[in-house]
Amino acid sequence: MHSQLITFIKKEFLHVFRDRKTLLMLFGLPIAQIILFGFALSNEVKDSKIVVADYSKDAVTTKIISKIGSSKYFNIQQSLQSADELQSAFKKGVIKMAVIFPQNFGNDLIHTNKVTIQVIADASDPNLATTVTNYVTNIINDYNAELTNGNVQPLQIVPEVKMLYNPELRGAPNFVPGVMALVLMLVCTMMTSVAIVKEKELGTMEILLVSPFKTIYIIIAKLAPNLIISVVNLFIILILSSVFLDLQVKGSVLLLTFCSMLFILTSLSIGLLLSINAQTQQSAMTASLMGMMLPTMLLTGFLFPIENMPIVMQVLANLVPSRWYFIIVKRVMLKGLGFSAVWKETLILSAMCFFLFAVSLRKFKTRLQ
Amino acid sequence: MEHVIKTEKLTKRFGDFIACNELSFEVGKGEIFGFLGANGAGKTTAMRMLCGLLKPTSGKASVAGFDVFTQTEKIKMSIGYMSQKFSLYDDLTVAENIRFYAGIYGMRTKQIKEKTKELLDELGLQNEEKTLVSALPLGWKQKLAFSVSIVHAPDIVFLDEPTGGVDPVTRRQFWDLIYHAADKGVTVFVTTHYMDEAEYCNRVSIMVDGVIAALDSPANLKHEFNCDNMEDVFYQLARKAKRSDG
Repeated sequence: MHSQLITFIKKEFLHVFRDRKTLLMLFGLPIAQIILFGFALSNEVKDSKIVVADYSKDAVTTKIISKIGSSKYFNIQQSLQSADELQSAFKKGVIKMAVIFPQNFGNDLIHTNKVTIQVIADASDPNLATTVTNYVTNIINDYNAELTNGNVQPLQIVPEVKMLYNPELRGAPNFVPGVMALVLMLVCTMMTSVAIVKEKELGTMEILLVSPFKTIYIIIAKLAPNLIISVVNLFIILILSSVFLDLQVKGSVLLLTFCSMLFILTSLSIGLLLSINAQTQQSAMTASLMGMMLPTMLLTGFLFPIENMPIVMQVLANLVPSRWYFIIVKRVMLKGLGFSAVWKETLILSAMCFFLFAVSLRKFKTRLQ
Repeated sequence: MEHVIKTEKLTKRFGDFIACNELSFEVGKGEIFGFLGANGAGKTTAMRMLCGLLKPTSGKASVAGFDVFTQTEKIKMSIGYMSQKFSLYDDLTVAENIRFYAGIYGMRTKQIKEKTKELLDELGLQNEEKTLVSALPLGWKQKLAFSVSIVHAPDIVFLDEPTGGVDPVTRRQFWDLIYHAADKGVTVFVTTHYMDEAEYCNRVSIMVDGVIAALDSPANLKHEFNCDNMEDVFYQLARKAKRSDG
């Protein structure tokens, strides 16, 4: 029976490589996307979760902190005390920025006329980081001007800004994970559903059903080429990013590959599901584009931050697999984190994968009856 | 005569709709059996049940000696199938198509090589081995599709309206192939809309509204219904039908 499967898979690859247009799309897409997303996108930021560490706790710091807190741009999470807690919060992605007031802030300001406030921002999304640090810098400068007004000596409160994970504020670190999610999703979902529906359109599906070829093998053979091509695409993207965008994988490539496979499988299952009701290749393609690409682009979180969306959209975003994959990629690739940091997202992705695969398999088999 | 297809009150219901109502008939080995009927009469449903694609609601049937309820896998190994849409892959070559289908039916590489050569010689397609099927004329495609459907030497081959869209000469040549296969002992179960093709069959059954309205040799049917040709026989039976293509 296995030789049958190999025969079938070989045939599937022949189909793929004989179709110029498909070939172009499969391999041209990742390259095109990387070029396409070479521009920075800015978006307004509100209610960013930040943390304030006040080691001085005097009248001045309290004043500044209350100004920051009352700004619509910020949402002060909790007051952290240790550097470890801070690091941990950044790694988890829970906070976007930390503002740290050193000890004796108020005193030093009066006596030396100059103090510094440390501002640390998560620059894995450089747009967000730039925006929030600008906002807080403005608030500090405004207060600074207020204080100075009426004083003979100018008082200087200097914010020292440090960008974490992406000190040069390059756009690449933000959009490469997004491109990965998008490309993998598109190829797996669209190409798979089209390939299956093509078989239906041609009438060859019937032949396969009448043959002693097991239904499960038909499914495996249809999914196999796209799975392999997607893994190849994954490595193309990683290599291109490394060579042309100077972006390497900081964490474990193995972990990244494993999670990518989960995501690929999920997308393939969705492609399978979409192929069931589609009668023509055209409708399969349209369903994939409308049903998957659009939500992926809008709700993954790489074009528009999910935190700023209305609750309804945020809930919807949780249903989109690429949203979870995107988080995993950012953490493993950009922050160099290990499994312990992404186990929750991996679990969610695995559950989605398993569920979708089981459902699509069952529906496909039933439909064929 | 050995019966390769046997049905006894074979019925298929879809909810309240009875697609096939207690079909009972037999087909002998090496017979060319025509399965006629208007669109919506239940032909396709009946054929799907015999191919192991659809589970019947009630009744009994055996194909190549295997039960359609419990032994569909064995049935699939013993039959061939050619659908209206020819079933060949346009973007693969002639040889690749043969190799693929032979492989699906479990033939070994050596067997496949031999069979490929045999088939190409038989059809006169030796020069087209590496040609993409899309480049072949329609008539050749049909003949190739038929040969491919019996590449694994099945006991029975099911042909679902195999000669759509070609001229009468090509259709005649196609039927030569069918005769050739029947001579070798392959039973041919064919559905068709062309009444002149009905004349080529050993026996013909006509389905109307889910039941078999007539089953006999073309000669006997013409005699029974007092007609000169099968077209008139068909017309007499089919015009009383209540169902048609939805």
